[in-house]
Amino acid sequence: MTASARYQIFHDTQYRYAAPVSLAQQQAHLWPRECAWQRCLFQELDIQPEPSRRQDGLDVFGNPLTRLAFERPHTELQVNARLLVEVFAHAPHSLAESPPWEQVVAQLTYHGQALSEAELEAAAYRVESPFVRLKQAFADYAEDCFAPARPFLEAVAALMDKIFREFTYDGEATLVATPLLEVLERRRGVCQDFAHLMLACLRARGFAARYVSGYLLTQPPPGQPRMIGADASHAWVSVYCPQLGWVDFDPTNNLLPDLQHITLAWGRDFADVSPLRGVILGGGSHDPEVRVTVLPAGEVAQAQI
Amino acid sequence: MPDLLADYPRPDATYHEMLDAGGRVRPHWQRLHESLARSTPAQLQQRQALVERQIQENGVTYNVYADPQGSDRPWALDLLPNLIDAEEWQGIAAGVAQRAGLLNRVLADLYGPQQLLRDGLLPAELVFGHNNFLWPCQGVQVPGDTWLHLYAVDLARAPDGRWWVLADRTQAPSGAGYALENRQIVSRVLPELYRDLRVQYLAGFFRTLQEQLREQAPSEGETPLVVLLTPGRFNETYFEHLYLARQLGFPLVEGSDLTVRDDTLYLKTLDGLQRVHALLRRLDDDFCDPLELRTDSALGVPGLLEVVRQGRVLVANALGSGVLESPGLLGFMPAIAEQWLGEELLLPSIATWWCGEPPVLEEALGKLGELVIKPAFPSQSFEPVFGRDLDEEGLKALAERLKARPYAYIAQELAQLSQSPVWDGQGLQPRAIGMRVYAVASRDGYRVLPGGLTRVAGQAGAEVVSMQRGGGSKDTWVLGERAQGQEPWHWSKPLGVRDLIRSDPYLPSRVVENLFWFGRYSERCDDGARLLRVLLEQYVDDGDDPLALQAALALGEQTGWLPPGERLEERLREALLGDEWPYSLRSNLQRLQWSASQVRGKLSQENWQALVELQREAQALESRDSDLGELLDFLNRLLLQLAALTGFALDDMTRDDGWRFLMLGRRIERLQFLADSLAAFLRGAGARDQAALEWLLELGNSIITYRSRYLAAPQLIPVLDLLLLDEQNPHSLRFQLHMVERSLGALDERFATPLEHRLTLLAGQLEAFDLGSLDARTLFGESGVQAVLQGLADLLQTISGAAGELSDRLALRHFAHVDAVSQQTLSS
Repeated sequence: MTASARYQIFHDTQYRYAAPVSLAQQQAHLWPRECAWQRCLFQELDIQPEPSRRQDGLDVFGNPLTRLAFERPHTELQVNARLLVEVFAHAPHSLAESPPWEQVVAQLTYHGQALSEAELEAAAYRVESPFVRLKQAFADYAEDCFAPARPFLEAVAALMDKIFREFTYDGEATLVATPLLEVLERRRGVCQDFAHLMLACLRARGFAARYVSGYLLTQPPPGQPRMIGADASHAWVSVYCPQLGWVDFDPTNNLLPDLQHITLAWGRDFADVSPLRGVILGGGSHDPEVRVTVLPAGEVAQAQI
Repeated sequence: MPDLLADYPRPDATYHEMLDAGGRVRPHWQRLHESLARSTPAQLQQRQALVERQIQENGVTYNVYADPQGSDRPWALDLLPNLIDAEEWQGIAAGVAQRAGLLNRVLADLYGPQQLLRDGLLPAELVFGHNNFLWPCQGVQVPGDTWLHLYAVDLARAPDGRWWVLADRTQAPSGAGYALENRQIVSRVLPELYRDLRVQYLAGFFRTLQEQLREQAPSEGETPLVVLLTPGRFNETYFEHLYLARQLGFPLVEGSDLTVRDDTLYLKTLDGLQRVHALLRRLDDDFCDPLELRTDSALGVPGLLEVVRQGRVLVANALGSGVLESPGLLGFMPAIAEQWLGEELLLPSIATWWCGEPPVLEEALGKLGELVIKPAFPSQSFEPVFGRDLDEEGLKALAERLKARPYAYIAQELAQLSQSPVWDGQGLQPRAIGMRVYAVASRDGYRVLPGGLTRVAGQAGAEVVSMQRGGGSKDTWVLGERAQGQEPWHWSKPLGVRDLIRSDPYLPSRVVENLFWFGRYSERCDDGARLLRVLLEQYVDDGDDPLALQAALALGEQTGWLPPGERLEERLREALLGDEWPYSLRSNLQRLQWSASQVRGKLSQENWQALVELQREAQALESRDSDLGELLDFLNRLLLQLAALTGFALDDMTRDDGWRFLMLGRRIERLQFLADSLAAFLRGAGARDQAALEWLLELGNSIITYRSRYLAAPQLIPVLDLLLLDEQNPHSLRFQLHMVERSLGALDERFATPLEHRLTLLAGQLEAFDLGSLDARTLFGESGVQAVLQGLADLLQTISGAAGELSDRLALRHFAHVDAVSQQTLSS
């Protein structure tokens, strides 16, 4: 039996600029990547104004990437993604079956030996990246999760549990640019911070771990209807285990992603996969308005008033 | 005659370039040695002074980061070259060329199939952990598969006489320009030696670079435009960027001068957008494109990477080439050479252990005290540590640090440097030296510069050579056979009548914009200094004529020069020197300096010198508590120096578009100042006051003309005639209007698109003004005169406003390229 779930996703981004933008280049990571446990049944990207150039392709990590150029003045930019995605169950059955963590580190470390395709791919995610600077403090924080000879995935799950217990979800506490050491010190943040923190802990100890961006089905409060735009982008991590491949962990919710997580893209950290990234000329101050809705296929949501 | 070399120390255990182990002069040094033996200290002193004067005159500087002495430091060059004979050089050159070729292949592999990583010949951590390994460049194809156009290697000579590789410079190697400049200076100071020793020429190297870039640029039939991209004047080697750009004939540009439209790179010039086919960059890898690389970079060009990916521009060196600068690679190179070339490396590299491999880490930990520990990646906040400088506790902490993230550190043996004689001002002394050697890609493989930058340790006994740490440099002379086809520095292509160029076709808009502001600020400082001199004089003459002082103060306030406040003397000081008051003379002088520094390439050496003097004067004033007399004295000197700037602008600069904008800036500024001042004056109490009219003439720089014409005390009607309407007076309002009109006419013709503005209309109104209506003896009497004065003041204010609008419109159209006219893209 293969359990699966279908979702409709609306991801709308709107910029209203204080002054006209004369020239803009944008890169969008808004289409889901193909993976073994997920397929995309429908995808559409609606862009206003019409871009001067649009090019769809893959980025270096294999994620779908849309490059956009706007060479005419505009005061507003709207990028709306519509998706229909089917997700299949893929959470591992047993974490205890993984090898001891010491063996994992040793296997990932350079010995002058040839690398398999999978090992070469994993190597990209073992080192520092723009948002994941490696410091001793991160290795120390994870210390007690890595008891000698503990199965690797169990240790990772313990780290996820520790972050979940010791950190408070607080949307006001951090910005994208808040340094990780500060997150560690203040024990607050959002899903992106927790994912980055977990990556830093794992990489500081020599493991390969990557950042996954996507969506999560959330349940409305009991008795209330589902609201359009009530959801948000989500982020979690995936770790590389030599025998088993990549396994996802969600430190924000302390669970192993399965049927409720929709994968969009992965990379070394947020910088590689931010949904919309661009450089504009002019514009003045501008904060985007982002609305995300995740619906079990067939269900209907109510517009917010 | 005392022998200069009598007290010269005999070599110790280290290698000496001039002397062999027995203290005998090496054969290729004989000629120089004899000449030194015949010289007196006074002669050497004189020649060293000549070197320093040339450095000063040519403006050769090197910026030291966070240097309290100011950022521009004169380049340090020793009189005596370091000599290398032809035979030895052949070996070095072959080794450098081999290394450059191999590194080029390594880069092609890392951004392509990554076979080195798959085969385990290079550790992935060492490559992927480097902040200059640019992920988005994966899969990029570069023209001719040339990733390294320019390569440099730091060499040091061990006691056994062999040269060892200390480091590879693959990103944007610096110093080749300094090497050329060193050559030009030293060959002039030691002309007989230079000729007799048949020193090999450097020119071919730079010509090859020029040709190679033009040839490989994807120009699709167009004449290739190559530009040199600099991070700007705060970079440590900015002088070299300027110098190389001039020598190579490439426009020097900053990131903001370039723009990407339609997957094509363009230079923003006064004429619109010009396609760029190749970019020689001095900007670090990860700063080059804020769209795909470091988002916080304000120095790069958004979208550049995509242009590279589309094969529409050549970037030299290729983006991401900095990854090879990790010292961790040194130890892996011999095996790669073996595997790929089936050859041994001709130049050995200094023993280096990358700690990422467990047995290697063990080995390094075992002798930490003898090694130097360096970061494997530039992004680490870790300065190199010498094990021998640490106590037991320090060593233990360092070992812990290495064990925590081994792949981020390398351990290296200490470099052993050879010695060469330097002139230290009193005598000859041996100093430690290292040599940076350059290679350039050519049609037939890598070509090595026969010479290089010899770097000299800052102090006797020092073991590190670094320009950042106060070291100096030497010219490097490779002696012996001059190869066929080599010649001194000049271009091979003969220029005929068809090649003549009468204007700079690639003048970046930014440069023109800064020239415009340079013009405005020099005029603004002049106006301000004149006004403050009037105010100070009136204040010092306290009480002579309260009306004149009052009128002057009102004018100072209305034109925005005089800050509000309680005590007048403080307000005057603030207007002159204030930090807080944004419109103080001092602030404007700073702006003048800034805009001048942005256009340094367009100013003559003398002009630049005058600006340096100006800055020195202004700085001297800050440091002391000047009394009013001194301040007046300062203003007098300042006005003299500003007059010199005016002279340079009028007589020293080519009358190209840049100059036209500079003069337009000056005219617009003076127009605004005159119109504002006269309007304020006419509304004030001084219009009928003799002393006030006198200072007004002084303010308008017209007092001499007035006196010679009227031989009498100033009166309103003739004063206004001279300052407002007299077309002969270069300081009159009408003259400014006339000149602005003329410049705009020239621009309209040049760009074939008239710029609409209101000044012509207003000039007509001013010319129609009848001064006779100010005669109180006429029909309407004094009250009528007052009304006329008000009306005139209104007109003047409207003129000032229109001048401001004109300035804004010029900026939009010619500098920002957001006007409809300049959106068009051009290609040649």
